[in-house]
Amino acid sequence: MTGAEPKVTKELALSHGLTAEEYDRIIRRLGREPRFTELGLFSALWSEHCAYKHSRVFLRDLPTQGPQVLQGPGENAGIVDLGGGLALAFKIESHNHPSFIEPFQGAATGVGGILRDIFTMGARPIAILDSLRFAPPDDAKARRLLEGVVSGISWYGNCFGVPNLGGEVAFAPEYAGNPLVNAMAVGLVPTDRIFRARAEGVGNPVFYVGAKTGRDGIHGATMASATFDEGAAERRPTVQVGDPFTEKLLLEACLEAMATGAIVGIQDMGAAGLACACSEMPARAGTGMEVDLDRVPQRDRGMTPYEIMLSESQERMLLVCSRGREAEIRAVFAKWELDAVEIGRVTGDGILRARMHGEIVAEVPVKALADEAPVYEKPTARPDWQDALEAFDPLTLPAVAPERALLALVGSPALASKLWVYRQYDTQVGINTLVVPGSDAGILRIKGTGKAVAVTADGNARQVYLDPRRGAAMAVAEAARNLAVSGARPLGLTDCLNFGSPERPEILWQFKEAVGGIGDACRALEIPVVGGNVSFYNETLGQAILPTPVIGMAGLLEDAEARCTQWFEEAGDRIALIGPDAVSLGGSEYLWALHRRVAGRLAPLDLDVERAVQGACRAAIEGRLVRSAHDCAEGGLAVTVAECCVSGPTPLGAVLELPAGGDRDDLALFGEGPSRIVVSVPASAARAFEALVREFAVPWRWIGRVGGDRLVVRRGETPLVDLTVEQLGHEWRSGFARSVA
Amino acid sequence: MRFGVVVFPGTWSDCDFHYVISEVLRQPVSYIWHREANLSGYDCVVLPGGFSYGDYLRAGAVAGRSPVVEALPEFVARGGLVLGSCNGFQILCESRLLPGALTRNDSLQYRCQFVHVRVDNAETAFTRATRPGQVLKMPISHGEGKYYCDGPTLRSLKEKSQVVFRYCEEDGRLTKDANPNGSLDNIAGVVNEEGTVLGLMPHPERAAEKAVGGIDGLAIFHSLLASLVEDGTFLKR
Repeated sequence: MTGAEPKVTKELALSHGLTAEEYDRIIRRLGREPRFTELGLFSALWSEHCAYKHSRVFLRDLPTQGPQVLQGPGENAGIVDLGGGLALAFKIESHNHPSFIEPFQGAATGVGGILRDIFTMGARPIAILDSLRFAPPDDAKARRLLEGVVSGISWYGNCFGVPNLGGEVAFAPEYAGNPLVNAMAVGLVPTDRIFRARAEGVGNPVFYVGAKTGRDGIHGATMASATFDEGAAERRPTVQVGDPFTEKLLLEACLEAMATGAIVGIQDMGAAGLACACSEMPARAGTGMEVDLDRVPQRDRGMTPYEIMLSESQERMLLVCSRGREAEIRAVFAKWELDAVEIGRVTGDGILRARMHGEIVAEVPVKALADEAPVYEKPTARPDWQDALEAFDPLTLPAVAPERALLALVGSPALASKLWVYRQYDTQVGINTLVVPGSDAGILRIKGTGKAVAVTADGNARQVYLDPRRGAAMAVAEAARNLAVSGARPLGLTDCLNFGSPERPEILWQFKEAVGGIGDACRALEIPVVGGNVSFYNETLGQAILPTPVIGMAGLLEDAEARCTQWFEEAGDRIALIGPDAVSLGGSEYLWALHRRVAGRLAPLDLDVERAVQGACRAAIEGRLVRSAHDCAEGGLAVTVAECCVSGPTPLGAVLELPAGGDRDDLALFGEGPSRIVVSVPASAARAFEALVREFAVPWRWIGRVGGDRLVVRRGETPLVDLTVEQLGHEWRSGFARSVA
Repeated sequence: MRFGVVVFPGTWSDCDFHYVISEVLRQPVSYIWHREANLSGYDCVVLPGGFSYGDYLRAGAVAGRSPVVEALPEFVARGGLVLGSCNGFQILCESRLLPGALTRNDSLQYRCQFVHVRVDNAETAFTRATRPGQVLKMPISHGEGKYYCDGPTLRSLKEKSQVVFRYCEEDGRLTKDANPNGSLDNIAGVVNEEGTVLGLMPHPERAAEKAVGGIDGLAIFHSLLASLVEDGTFLKR
């Protein structure tokens, strides 16, 4: 069979996505032409998706340290300490390309992959989140993609049995040919039970566990490392097919096998399947690995070694167990009716050696595959479109009447309630969910501790497009603010960096600037990056997406009772705005929704102020001085307060009194800026609240009072908005479904 | 003298039931693996929610033919109580321990949300701590929860007061809007003729603590405890 394999030539290497230089480098490293299977290994392991060739030089500058960090980037997931012997594992990952080709399975297997990244560390998944981007839903194809993606996430997560705690759905025309599906998973692990993907111990047996290997998903990693052309539909066979039931069994079997103490190291077979696991595990441990591919459980007949190594069939793991304890592993997997087959052993020579029918089909140094992919520092160039974007003054456009604008915004698909989405997700399994999707962050209790964890996934691509550095820093600040308004202290973040082709200097400039901005904000707010994912080549027919870094973040509430939600709760409470007044219509939801423009300058971001504002908000929540707290983000102050009115279990009105001033009304109402939080304060706590915000030396002011059944906004003596909560609530509740269904 | 919570491959509410029974109600409870056919050590067997066997073929179809479910008729005949929630209800219908079937939601989508259900029969072992007409708020989480049975079966269910819970508004009115999945007659839960096997789509275990889903689901557990105590078969731990 191996005799029938194609002869390896430079042309074949090029058709595998390798460059001529990379092919020459492989020949130099091996001292010979690679075999066909070996070419497959290199093309997968050296793909952008696996090797971070274009991003590595920039990612080096991100802060990854902190006293709470138990595992930083480089493993399947990052881990932070929760105290008391417990830790939180979390990671975000993209599944953009597969989801465009086949939305249901693409999104489902995205969830499956990220869940495996969590439980391969020994953690039981306790939450997933998803960040989704599509073309505006007036496009039928965008609606079809959205529906397919949401039902794929729903199917996989619900069947597996993990609650969905939130995320976001955003729309822009740039995602028409390349939607974004970013999935985040969070898991709980005892600190003394953390497992890593290391093939330690020469002579230890290597087990293949889980589902059988088929021909699905071959070269998925390579597919994800290229832009799309008209032939995207023909790539459907590169999309994997998920089976959440098998994943659930794999979870239970893996955790049970880990509890025996017989497992030395374990890695999920995701992108590039066996090829990746068989090289990365020994590379991390400084060992080698021998595998016999005849023993790999197979679903298809007549699979070649090339296909077996590169298949991305789902729900599989590779594990190394202590020699002599094989029977314990076999017993656990037999109980769960899963394959567990010894396919090889750990060696000391640093070589990945694969045999089939007794013949060697690959014999490659593991470090050559896992660590020696070329690192590129390609040219970057500030795009020539930036000047025009920055020069645009939104105030040259006519102002839209405030009430019309407010109704349009709360009912827009971007800002309206996402109930249509998350009512398809199980949000409660595990009975830990204290705050379901619909507030700024999802909150889960940690049983038996009195603590809780808050999680969010957030990004704002328009802002990053206009100013990548500040926009990306704002994304980090906003994710941290989402946690702060929930009462949580951020522990770490995971980033999913979705960009176009890094081979274009303008795109790489966006990337470099955005990573710089993330680093700025992380350092200022003392939030380490513990993992993440880069997704390049998000382009179809030369049209790149908006630069879209999505920030996943997890935080801790030492006291689960001291948690906070975004909606008003009591008539008579006073409303305060914590944070600066500086806002801009540049890149705002108002400018997009009412004028279909993405341009202008962003409001300034002062990270010291951001830090103080978040600290003040957290202290006010801990001191029980506020009854609600809501991040003042997309849509500006008016939309934020409207959301406080309509999003709770009992809708409540409010009266806002804004100072008369020189700004245009639309800027005052809908302008967006960082570091702003709207809180409601019981009248009895008003003085204590005033003392607290003064102590934190943050800008703040009283802006109104909760109560009644209308939202009234006055500026000086001038009434700008006077709408019933019922009408606002109706727009907000029905807006999304009206757009997408 | 114990609760047993059945674990099928693909079950996920097992841990939640176990937690509520042991940590909230402080009662003895253990897991029962799906291959177990000996149920002699239990007073009440819980069939929890999830996707047993992936719900492949039909929801609950494979689990309905598993050793533990095949042991249930005898368990029930000797006075055992069976509580099936969500996938458990689907399994009870598939195994003919309860009449009717659960089919795809009218919306053709999964639904996870709070619902209100009205107690239509407060005389069962599962509802004796409630009042007739009492409204309970509990979550649902399913894609196939639309209850269906034929006309004669429905008439018989009603005559024998086997319809225990019906989806309703907060004030108890039975409306189309309150029905989250298109169930026949807003049916959310039914019992067998003896009143010892209950199947319901809502998740009482998700409504057993104030901070997590409220406490309306406790009424079902409290009813069970009262039943077991009065029968003299129940020993407090």
